Parts: sequence; structure tokens; C-alpha cells
Amino acid sequence: MTQTPAPGAHNAKVMNRFELTKRAVAQLKAEEAVVAGIGNTNFDLWMSGQRPQNFYMLGSMGLAIPIALGVAIAQPQRHVVALEGDGSLLMQLGCLATVAMLKPKNLTMVVWDNGMYQITGGQPTASAAVADIVAVARGCGLANSAWAADEDDFDRLFAAALKDGGPTLIAARIDDKPGTGTTDRDPVQIRQRFMVGLGVRK
Amino acid sequence: MTDTQTQTAPWHQVVLETLKRNDVRLVPYVPDRVFTPLIKALHEDSFFTTFPCTREEEAIGIVTGAWMGGMRAAVLMQTSGFGTIPNAIASLVCPSQIPAVIFVSERGTLGEFNLGQAMVCRTMRPVLDALGIETHTITRHDELAFIVDRSIKQAVATQAPVTFILSPLLTGGKVFAA
Repeated sequence: MTQTPAPGAHNAKVMNRFELTKRAVAQLKAEEAVVAGIGNTNFDLWMSGQRPQNFYMLGSMGLAIPIALGVAIAQPQRHVVALEGDGSLLMQLGCLATVAMLKPKNLTMVVWDNGMYQITGGQPTASAAVADIVAVARGCGLANSAWAADEDDFDRLFAAALKDGGPTLIAARIDDKPGTGTTDRDPVQIRQRFMVGLGVRK
Repeated sequence: MTDTQTQTAPWHQVVLETLKRNDVRLVPYVPDRVFTPLIKALHEDSFFTTFPCTREEEAIGIVTGAWMGGMRAAVLMQTSGFGTIPNAIASLVCPSQIPAVIFVSERGTLGEFNLGQAMVCRTMRPVLDALGIETHTITRHDELAFIVDRSIKQAVATQAPVTFILSPLLTGGKVFAA
């Protein structure tokens, strides 16, 4: 089906998740943590290069932002980025209210909105037609929430977010291209590498 | 606390002191009437970072992130809340070997008045058993500090979650007018 953009996103360009993921990762210069949600969000982060500070969530759909919030609380000196899909976020919208209440300066949330549950067969999400992710985030109290108008705007929003002025939410309309690869499936190895990357383990 | 103080302190103070002794600093929760004095005491103690979550799953995610970031954390919930988290435990906590410390205020037994609570309570222990999660139902005040203290240490040492089911026999439970 053709995606009809949510009201606030009608001027936003439809971009590509892998391209934007690479652009985001290219800006990470201070060993920022990145927590990516289940499915293609994860896969494109994996394919962008396997930083030790990346955590790839293999199950628990919807928990990328809560996991990132936990990291942000534990390590307030480190910036933490959550990458999440629209379907996953719709499953756990309440976490936006919790983040807004706690106001972690070091947390950035990026939402890839393709308006579909892509990995299960492309069924439409509520954000395909009616739910505006940025409006929801603002309604939860996340004032620093915006749609990325195009790639350059995404770069600018992401760079500003990394300056610890958060919490920040950036939503991007993306196309229906599938993920570009798949992660390894070893949760213990993923968790251990992440803890080493965060300096918690040697 | 001395042993004598532990014996006379209310259950929620024993839990708080035991968390502190084990450097468990982060306590996200979904509220419960019986846990109210514990939640209030956690908020009043600057040692702890504690806040309500919108769902128990969310708290499980936060605890997982915190552990990976080097901070020990526990989560508080009610029996019905436990009923919402099997997927998060089975697909995140267990396979990633996260020592999540889970306190459940037990509803659904010993004078429950809500059939829904009684039914969901019956799902809790089978789920915990199926996942092989270390679980203690705590009924006695004199065993509380020992069980919680030793089990948190075990959770951290073995990188495995632990669940404490706090029985109405310990907490008094939720009383209703019959």
C-alpha cells in the first residue's frame, strides 16, 4: 500500500534507513552508545560497522528506548542513541513519557518511520495514516522532537542532539527497502562486547 | 543494621537496606499499594534513583540497560505486572544473562477479592519455573534479609535474574472490606 504521511510529516522527504544509519554513525566520535531495536533497524546498524558500543536487541520488541534509557542513567557522561522503528515504538509509547519525565540530557531517540511492520510482511502501522510520532513525542513532553526534512536536516538535527541538550527525538520517513544484512544471533556475545565497549568489562 | 534492628525494622526497611548494602542504586517500578512504603522510602533516600514506569516491560528494559552500563538495578511490580513481562524476560534478560532483580508484591492469594488477580497469579510461578529463574517466595520476616542479600549476590555472580515474591504473610497484603 502507498504510505500516506502522518500530518506533521507531510513535507518530510522519504529517505533510506541504511543511508541515514551510516550518516548517524559517521557523526559518533566519542564512543557514544547505540541501542538498536529489533529487525531491520538492528540489521542496518550492524551493516554500518560493528562498533563495540553498539547493542543489537534480538527480541523484546519495543524496548530499545528503555534499554538506552537505562544505559544513559548508568553512564551520564556518555551520550546514548536509541534507534527504533515506528511499529516497535507504537508498542511501547509510554516510554516516551518516562523519558520526558526523567529528562536525560544524554539520550537521543531516532525513529525510522516506514509506516509498516516491514519484517512481518509489510502490514501497515497506525503511523502510516494517522499517528504522528513527533506529535506523540511532543505530547509526552519531549519538546525537542522533530521530523527530519531531508538528509542534511537529519545530519543537523543529529549533530545538535549529540551535544547533550536532550532528550531529543528525531523521526525520519523512510522507504520500504529491507535491511541490508543480518546480525549475528549470539545474545551473550553481543551483551559482553557492549559491556567491554562501555568500559564496564575488560 | 544490626541483627536486632533487622528483626524489628519493618519489611520495607529491610529490603531498602539490603538493596543499599548490595549497591543496587536504580529502582524503576510500577506502583503497588502494598509496596507504597518501600517506594516512598526509596524516593526519600538520595542513594537511590527511583521512578515509575508506564509498563513493567519498560522497567525490565531500563534495568537491562543499566546493568550493561555498570549500574545494579531492581524492579518493583505487582503480580499482574509480572503477567505482562514473560517475553521481555525470555527474549532479553535470560538470553543476555542479565542479573535483573525482580520484586513482586503478591496478589491473587490469601484473601484475594479480584478473580482476575487470582487467575494471573496462577501463571506466575509456572512461567518462572519454565524459564528456570531463581525464585523465592518470602513469607517470614526473619528470613527476609538473608534471602534477599544472598540472592542478589548470587544473581550478580552467576549473571542470572532473581525473583522475590513478597507474600502477604510478610507484607500484610492488600486488605479489603468483605
